[in-house]
Amino acid sequence: MLKRVIIAAGAVLIGLLAGVALSGPASADGNALVGTLTAPDGSPVSDVKISVSGNGFSGSATTGPDGTFRVDLPKSGSYQVDVDVTSLPPGVALARPEDQSRSVLVLAKEQKILVKLVAEGGSTGDASGTGGAAEADSGRSSPILQLIIDGLGFGILIALGALGLNLIFGTTGLTNFAHGELLTLGAFTAIVLNELGLNIIIAAPIAVIIAAALFGWGQNKVLWRPLRRRRTGLIAAMIVSIGLAITLRYVVLLLFGGSPRSYQQFAGQEGWHIGAVSVTPKAIILAAIAVVVIALTVTWLQRSRIGKATRAVSDNPALASATGIDVERVISVVWTLGAGLAAFAGIYLGLTQDVSWNMGQRILLVLFASVTLGGLGTIYGAIVGALIVGLFVQLTTLIIPTEMKTVGALFLMIVILLVRPQGILGRRERVG
Amino acid sequence: MDVGFVITQSLTQAIGVIAIIYCLAAVGLNVQFGYAGLLNFGQVAFAAVGAYMVGVLVATPWLKGDPGYPLWLAVILAIAGAVVLALILGIPTLRLRADYLAIVTIATSELLRLVVRSIAFRDVLGGANGINGKIGDGFHEYNPFPANFDVPFFTFNRQDLWVVVVGWSLVALFSVLVWLLVRSPWGRVIKGIREDETAVVSLGKNVFVYKMQALVIGGVIGAFAGIVWAVAKQSVQPDSFVPDVTFFTYTILLLGGAARIFGPIVGAVIFWFLLAGVGETLGQMIQAGWIDFLRPTDVGPIRFIIVGLGLMMLMIFRPQGIFGDKRELALDAR
Amino acid sequence: MPADPSTTLAPGARAAQAVLASVPQQPGAPKPDPMLVADDVRRAFGGLVAVDVAHLEVQRGAITALIGPNGAGKTTLFNLLTGFDTPDSGRWTFNGQQVSGLAPYRMARKGVVRTFQLTKALSRMTVLDNMRLGARGQSGERLLPAFFQFAWSGQERTVTARAMELLDRFNLAAKADDFAGSLSGGQRKLLEMARALMCEPELIMLDEPMAGVNPALTQSLLGHIKGIRESGTTVVFVEHDMDMVHDISDWVVVMAQGQVIAEGPPSAVMRDRVVIDAYLGSHHDRALTATGEGLTKDGSGGQA
Repeated sequence: MLKRVIIAAGAVLIGLLAGVALSGPASADGNALVGTLTAPDGSPVSDVKISVSGNGFSGSATTGPDGTFRVDLPKSGSYQVDVDVTSLPPGVALARPEDQSRSVLVLAKEQKILVKLVAEGGSTGDASGTGGAAEADSGRSSPILQLIIDGLGFGILIALGALGLNLIFGTTGLTNFAHGELLTLGAFTAIVLNELGLNIIIAAPIAVIIAAALFGWGQNKVLWRPLRRRRTGLIAAMIVSIGLAITLRYVVLLLFGGSPRSYQQFAGQEGWHIGAVSVTPKAIILAAIAVVVIALTVTWLQRSRIGKATRAVSDNPALASATGIDVERVISVVWTLGAGLAAFAGIYLGLTQDVSWNMGQRILLVLFASVTLGGLGTIYGAIVGALIVGLFVQLTTLIIPTEMKTVGALFLMIVILLVRPQGILGRRERVG
Repeated sequence: MDVGFVITQSLTQAIGVIAIIYCLAAVGLNVQFGYAGLLNFGQVAFAAVGAYMVGVLVATPWLKGDPGYPLWLAVILAIAGAVVLALILGIPTLRLRADYLAIVTIATSELLRLVVRSIAFRDVLGGANGINGKIGDGFHEYNPFPANFDVPFFTFNRQDLWVVVVGWSLVALFSVLVWLLVRSPWGRVIKGIREDETAVVSLGKNVFVYKMQALVIGGVIGAFAGIVWAVAKQSVQPDSFVPDVTFFTYTILLLGGAARIFGPIVGAVIFWFLLAGVGETLGQMIQAGWIDFLRPTDVGPIRFIIVGLGLMMLMIFRPQGIFGDKRELALDAR
Repeated sequence: MPADPSTTLAPGARAAQAVLASVPQQPGAPKPDPMLVADDVRRAFGGLVAVDVAHLEVQRGAITALIGPNGAGKTTLFNLLTGFDTPDSGRWTFNGQQVSGLAPYRMARKGVVRTFQLTKALSRMTVLDNMRLGARGQSGERLLPAFFQFAWSGQERTVTARAMELLDRFNLAAKADDFAGSLSGGQRKLLEMARALMCEPELIMLDEPMAGVNPALTQSLLGHIKGIRESGTTVVFVEHDMDMVHDISDWVVVMAQGQVIAEGPPSAVMRDRVVIDAYLGSHHDRALTATGEGLTKDGSGGQA
């Protein structure tokens, strides 16, 4: 076991260093750093100074009347990007104070960066909602209906992540604290493909497949399966997953820097006004795809042989094994599927919000909330729980400040664990 | 590359303020997890209670005006606050299974952090900026050290020196208290509960009360970690009290050896020595140009990666840590 | 059935059997000096009724066996009476006191201590520590006194002495400082029994004490259980092993499908047609085996 781990760690380390090191000169014509600054109300912010330095270069640009800026760079690589906050107009501040000075990995020809602005005094402390323009919109919208739509969208997104979490828990008993990172890794895999030139519509499915194979099937094969063979206990495994989450998160931070990114396409879409609500086309399409994916997954679990085997293993691994089911194969499939679903969720989140190194961590507790609410280990439970949590989180913004949205999900989870620990659909025995 | 500087930094941080803070948190966690087997993943919340209680009472004009309440009063109330938090946390959750307890305690610590951070309470708790300034004045007043401490291998300014001396004394005090408890019949009951609480129940012990006591004691010691934090750094911010702090504390505890009196101490010292050492070495190597594909800002993430990998390795290969006895493991690790 | 002439009955056994001789042999029979009296105890899991006992009395000072086919509800009844499970309905008293609904640790403090089918020896603690844990009323177990060694060291010495005595009786003294996890299965059973005795119970309830014990150790265990009765403690035990039941019990209670279907001295119960049917269905022409398949000792088919 030790030898394998050393080899695997060595491979990871080499890959890591190679990845960072290879951010050397890739093209002869050079790259550029571009972006747009918009105030919270949607108007462009001009005359803000952005400075870039690194790789022997230093330069700056000021945002134009349309809020855009461009800094031409000699080559791809890692650069230090500073926003001159004194040049921000009054009443406007950086949403993330760390955006003031950050390290950006420039890979694409035109590397886009996001600079989020908020009205002075506000900030984001947690994972927020989906593509609906709830806060910015005013006038003839119905806030409650808008929140419900947003909540459903968020819920569908969470369901993708929660399904995988639930399946993994059901079949292996592992409370996977690194599940959020599966979303992050999926989103970033798509970023890499996207910035290499693939349109996100093509990059996304490819990224999902890569993620499923590498971070799902691969993770099980290299880490969890050997641990199961060593009969590592579940609490120990849970702590291992915590260590893994930390590792993965900071590897992503190391490779990609701390500033949030967007995909090159569909970044700032206008919402369609349908009746009293506003939804962006991408939100509708993503939700539709997600619903189809979830439906297919559930059907697969109900009808197919492996699906039924999965449910059997979830229920009683020893018995399943005794009836001839290849438990390890089922677990392998579950990890692959779970990682794939999570990758999709990550891309979904990246398209409706942004892609950042801690996006998975921010949403992990919400995933746990959904799974415990619905019932740990039950398939439908994950979906039901996710939808309820999504709706709840959005609707609570009517009473609590938006930046505290996640609080609603956490509160719900704590209450459920106290009142009905097996969740809505779970069975009594599993919990205390 | 300045090897001397690296060594000095490493040694200084190994016994410095941050090591003390994490050591206290780990001593508390040792009672809860090491000896009682409670998977408390919200230890950082206790530190936050300690820090904020001190911060609010001493440095916020909201309650009493300027200057605030004396430090000793704030410390007493911080202890009370920790007890209350332990009760609120424990009464509903102590009957839950281990992994559920872990999730609930993390959720609670995050919930508290977000609430404390929110704009709604900004006047009292400082919102995202927290409370800054003058918190430790009542403590530093008594600093007997005349000057900074600058010897080969260690360097502390005089405030930090005072904190370090008092801090390690606190560590020693709490360690002795824990030792007394653990070798007593009370400690025996706790260890029994850790292994199989049904058996202990069948012998007539009120297991719930024991678990609660362990939670409270560990929480109060954890609150002291927060108190030292507030006093030493003269500032408390909500974003400092994130779950990663609890994860570091677990790493430290497991490294030194859970359910061992010296575990938290050895763990904290070695942990920060390594982290500071690697961080400094790497930083210097990058600056000297020896590693040209890394930037100085990469050192931070690399330190975290080391912690993450370290935690994984510990759990997989040596869950009993340095001092622990494999036969006595609280974990179901093998 | 006449007493086996090769054993002379110990005083406790003789007294118990004398007292029980006059008790009618029917389910729910009242006992002359009942220690535990249960009424209308019912427990269902979903649609399945696990326990449905109308009336049950346990005679003080006797060894009562609780037998029945698998799924009869014996362990569930055990769990209910000792507080480890909550019934859907029912009341029971111990020494005249209403105890239904008490938390399990309270039942233990009242003097009702149970052991478990799957031994719960605390393997990561030493044998001696296991034993010390059983002692009641230790001031050192309370939080505040715990800090001050002088407050509990005297008591600790007494407790340790008593523990060593018991360990000696159970032939475990040599293992006192070893981790309980290093004991064999049978030794762990003994440890659990000895530990339970540290609580000085009035009633000790053994859940399948013979389960998983190799036959060589069985006689020794039986001897210990008889010894427990001799010191005045009442014993109730669940078992499948008919030989053992016949050997040491003064009274047998038979359960099937949640209800008590027969009561009486071992010999009578084993010939009871109702009991035979419960175990075997309608096939009762099987000889006695150690697994309890048949019920008559002489090898012939059952006869009422």
